[in-house]
Amino acid sequence: MAFLRAFGHHLPNRVVDNEEMARIAGCEAEWIVNVSGIEQRRFADPAESVADLAFQAGRVCLDSAQLPPSAIGMIMVASGTSERRFPGPACAVARALGLENIPAIDVPVASAGGLFAIGMANQLAAQFGNVLVIGSEKMSSVVLQNPGDKNTSILFGDGAGACLVSPESGPMEVADVVLCSDGAFAEDLRLEFGESVTMNGRSVIMQASRKIPRAISEVLERNAVAPEDVICFLMHQANQNLIMKVAAALHVPGDRFYSNIARYGNTSSASMLIAASEWFGQHGDIVPGPVCFAAFGAGFHWGALLAIPSNPGGANG
Amino acid sequence: MSDQSKIIALIQQISKKSDVPDVQVSLFDSGWLDSFALTDLVSALEEEFAISIPDSDLSPRKFDSIVRIEQYISSRR
Repeated sequence: MAFLRAFGHHLPNRVVDNEEMARIAGCEAEWIVNVSGIEQRRFADPAESVADLAFQAGRVCLDSAQLPPSAIGMIMVASGTSERRFPGPACAVARALGLENIPAIDVPVASAGGLFAIGMANQLAAQFGNVLVIGSEKMSSVVLQNPGDKNTSILFGDGAGACLVSPESGPMEVADVVLCSDGAFAEDLRLEFGESVTMNGRSVIMQASRKIPRAISEVLERNAVAPEDVICFLMHQANQNLIMKVAAALHVPGDRFYSNIARYGNTSSASMLIAASEWFGQHGDIVPGPVCFAAFGAGFHWGALLAIPSNPGGANG
Repeated sequence: MSDQSKIIALIQQISKKSDVPDVQVSLFDSGWLDSFALTDLVSALEEEFAISIPDSDLSPRKFDSIVRIEQYISSRR
């Protein structure tokens, strides 16, 4: 298994609070926070691309790892808001980092993209060396297509998160991964080119409320880790009420789940990585116990990943 | 107690309302349940009727009204 060596994230400067979002969407600011827990989100400059955001997060991640871009053996960029069919943002990120002749691949998996990319990088790192995993989204470009669809437009924000997956060392080691997909629900959450997000919110909540706790329980049980022994759950930031629902299903306190959704909204593939970057930024390289990642999104794709401290007794791998 | 009475009792318990909902009316549109409460209702139905509801059956349409829930419970027996 590989190691999670460092994280990084980048958020656009422009803050869109619920007062502004309510004017854009034609609803009440109080309603937004009540149904989602979101108080504000970030919108990128119209000229900024998914790759621009991704590059910034990747650069921060490499700075945190104290590694030059030349130490990267592979780049994976998850995004559901890539501006074109091909090439995706991964090649542009590689070029921006000055990298040639390494594989730079796109993972168009939206909300679960960051988790799926780390899960795959966990295997690929042994062959390619350090894998820079990035989740990057410019959801504002989608939201502003049809801002009057308040049930979806209020939810999303822009941002990018990154994780360096190393075959050799890092504060956390990947212990196990559960990744699942079920195309039976593909129509319930989708984004067609040139359109806004189509979401059957009831179906999404019903499925996510069951599938996320089940995936987390599976990865924990396989490794004999009790939910109460996990020091932090780093989950896709889709909805604060959903996060609390998952915590209740696992019988752990809600504050065991890191949450930044109030500040950034749902940044899709980037959200779990941004949360991880903030949490690891607060804790440094000494992580005192297991950490569990989890995500759910369009596809439906969902899963969970268990990471354990590389050396709980002291200095880290 | 009939199936319908049991279903109504569960809905009252989860919605924290003591009124009796119309058996035909949409439980979502009439404000009895939201998406999260529906998830709780599905779990409660599994326990009350000793059935297992697979994820593939978790369609909001199947649980939209008391009549539909009753039909679904019957189909699972």
